[in-house]
Amino acid sequence: MDNYDVVVLGGGPAGLAAALASNECGGKTLIIEREKLLGGILKQCIHDGFGLIRFKEKLSGPEYSGRYIDMVLEKDIDVETSTFVTEIKKQGEEFLITIVNSKYGVKKIKAKAIVLANGCRERTWRQVFIQGTRPAGIYTAGTAQYFVNMMGYLPFKKCVVLGSGDIGLIMARRLTLEGCTVEGVYEAKSTPSGLSRNIAQCLDDFSIPLHLSHTVTRVFGDDRLNAVEISKVDEKMIPIPGTEKIVECDGLVLSVGLIPENEIAESLNIKIDRKTKGPFVDQNLMTGLEGVFSCGNALHVNDLVDYVSESGEIAGENAAKYAKEHKDRKLIRMNADSKFLYAVPQYIDINSLNQKVIAYFRSRDIRDKMTVKLLYDGQVIFSRKYNKLKPPEMERITFDISKLNLKDNGEINIVMEG
Amino acid sequence: MKTLVCIGCPNGCELSVEEKANDILVSGNMCPKGKEFAINEIKNPVRSVTSTVKTVYEEVPRLSVRTNGEIPIKYVFPLMKLINTVEVDHPAKRGEVILKDVFHTGVDVIATSDMNYMLRGVK
Repeated sequence: MDNYDVVVLGGGPAGLAAALASNECGGKTLIIEREKLLGGILKQCIHDGFGLIRFKEKLSGPEYSGRYIDMVLEKDIDVETSTFVTEIKKQGEEFLITIVNSKYGVKKIKAKAIVLANGCRERTWRQVFIQGTRPAGIYTAGTAQYFVNMMGYLPFKKCVVLGSGDIGLIMARRLTLEGCTVEGVYEAKSTPSGLSRNIAQCLDDFSIPLHLSHTVTRVFGDDRLNAVEISKVDEKMIPIPGTEKIVECDGLVLSVGLIPENEIAESLNIKIDRKTKGPFVDQNLMTGLEGVFSCGNALHVNDLVDYVSESGEIAGENAAKYAKEHKDRKLIRMNADSKFLYAVPQYIDINSLNQKVIAYFRSRDIRDKMTVKLLYDGQVIFSRKYNKLKPPEMERITFDISKLNLKDNGEINIVMEG
Repeated sequence: MKTLVCIGCPNGCELSVEEKANDILVSGNMCPKGKEFAINEIKNPVRSVTSTVKTVYEEVPRLSVRTNGEIPIKYVFPLMKLINTVEVDHPAKRGEVILKDVFHTGVDVIATSDMNYMLRGVK
């Protein structure tokens, strides 16, 4: 049986960074990837803007992942592609992983630590409850992106985009450039979900209208989509009767959110945070189950790949260290107040040698001139002023806990003050 | 007075631009790139273009490409037309020039994926 210090599940940007960091720390490392090639979703994200923080360059998705793939292939890191994990069991201190592929059939592997880098999935139209028939021509933005960028097919002549997430905006531009008419982008919320610069460069540049507080309430068509019904929605996102309009189109693109992929975490009974939809973790990105780490979009949905790589590095490094030796954790809670959508990590291990905490958070609403503070035992241990906080833009902070003398009955509270 | 959103980085600064006699005043930018962007937007807006080109390989029918700099916005659609006439017949490397000096802008269209890896899973 093959024995590894660290097995990384997923060969996208998080998994690649995790494997490199684990290897760097001396961990014998294996990446398991279900697709034929490494790179994850970046393979089809041909637009640029990746890597501004990491490489100080404006790269396309395949270039960003390509650089990491090159580094992984140069190192002594094992890679199994076209391989699925069917089961993971914890046996004492170790993990027994069952994999299946065409090379070995069914095979068992042992690992001292596991990094979950499974990424996320797109929410589908089944999950947004649109009424009507079930015609062809309705795709998630990622599927439309696969058709256009990987296969070279243009799936529509005239389409409507539902949801203003970044991939939807990017696809509105991409489809327009390839000759499709994008009638408009409709967003049920009263504020856009995507980054401002994507509204500017993907919609405004091509005069594609963005309709806030509107949604698709019905689809029409037998074999093929031929129209959608659009309605205005109230502040609770409930459609307002009498506001319906029909838009003729042969395509509907859905960009209605991403959900971390955690089937394997759930099979291990790892506790999932309802806010992030990823596992609860400490500053080393270790989940509630000792020896299992989480990173990238499986942990929480990021808007920048640079932060996905960063969290991969944290998880990979700490997984390799854990595989070598570890002591018991002493976890204290890190709570974000209701003005935040979420904050990660949710716990701090006060026994850990890692005293430099990197935390990520999102504001629940758009807010001007706010101060974000971390409080411990009534003391302000971190404070930063923000001109503007927006839900689509994740914020990153770092703080040092080495001089704080944290007690195991304490907790850290993250608050926002205006 | 005009307001713009800078597309230079994910910060997406909201810029205020004021044209005065022979000067363009920019505010709201967190870095010098914002000022450069705003001045370009007034004088000669430029964009980078990303797309794919056709290949002769059945397993990898498209190769992703991008401009290695920005070109005037008026050339964006003409460049798409040009890009769609290309067919790559060899395993192009990442960074390889696919179209040189498009519309005499000094900007090339380069491959952004490694076809050897996409075809064979090796570098």
